[in-house]
Amino acid sequence: MKVNVYVTLKPGVLDPQGKAIHHALEGLGFGGVSDVRAGRFIELDVADDTSDADLDAMCAKLLANTVIENYRIERP
Amino acid sequence: MKTAVIVFPGSNCDRDMAVALEQVTGKAPAMVWHRETALPDRTDFIALPGGFSYGDYLRSGAMAARSPILRAVSDAAGRGVPVLGVCNGFQVLTEAQLLPGALMRNAGLNFVCRTVPLTVENSQSLFTASYNAGETIDIPVAHHDGNYFADAETLDRIEGEGRVAFRYADGVNGSARDIAGVLNDAGNVLGMMPHPERAIDRAHGGTDGLRLFEAALGVLA
Repeated sequence: MKVNVYVTLKPGVLDPQGKAIHHALEGLGFGGVSDVRAGRFIELDVADDTSDADLDAMCAKLLANTVIENYRIERP
Repeated sequence: MKTAVIVFPGSNCDRDMAVALEQVTGKAPAMVWHRETALPDRTDFIALPGGFSYGDYLRSGAMAARSPILRAVSDAAGRGVPVLGVCNGFQVLTEAQLLPGALMRNAGLNFVCRTVPLTVENSQSLFTASYNAGETIDIPVAHHDGNYFADAETLDRIEGEGRVAFRYADGVNGSARDIAGVLNDAGNVLGMMPHPERAIDRAHGGTDGLRLFEAALGVLA
């Protein structure tokens, strides 16, 4: 089973990389962008019977740093 | 006095740290590989060195914080054994939740590598007792992910509890409230981005870092 995990910075946490990407887009002439936030996408290939609780624990214990990041799990 | 330096794949300041510890204690530290599950018996002081453990995969310090030896380090910290994390070591300590907050990419996105002035905020801890509160010391930094972040409530709490050990005298990396070094609530774990082990000999251009080791190791000697 393929599970997608999206790790994003919490609102309010400054994102220097997002800002740099934003500036670069403006430099390329894309004017209509008001903000950019960069995150991380992780694909897990796990056993079909993997529980939601286990997936949640994987995110909370390692894949995301919950001091600064939120995560969202998308299973098929 | 028995000291230990934890070595991860990608550590690159472990030998500098060993030199500093040997210079002050007169005895070479145990170099403890990350796969070990125990520290040498009666280890009195643990150092987590700078570098790029596990290639900074996932997040700086994230993999090292989950390595087998960290359980032993965490247990020792809980027993009151002094633990010093420098640079990547600081990142590992926050990832292991032995210290609050997180270290993010520098605000300017640049790798910052120069000697910077620090203000000693707390001169009462076992690591900082040889400094005067408010004193400015010069210590080198060399990092990409040194931008300290914690929520406002946490920042207020650690400031109120005197747990900010050092502050950058000038902005360096965008750190919240210019925080450069943080203590745990018991005061026996210190994480700092600047490298005191790179300022222990006149040939380094300064010896302000030496006093940190003398305080931390002298208290215990």
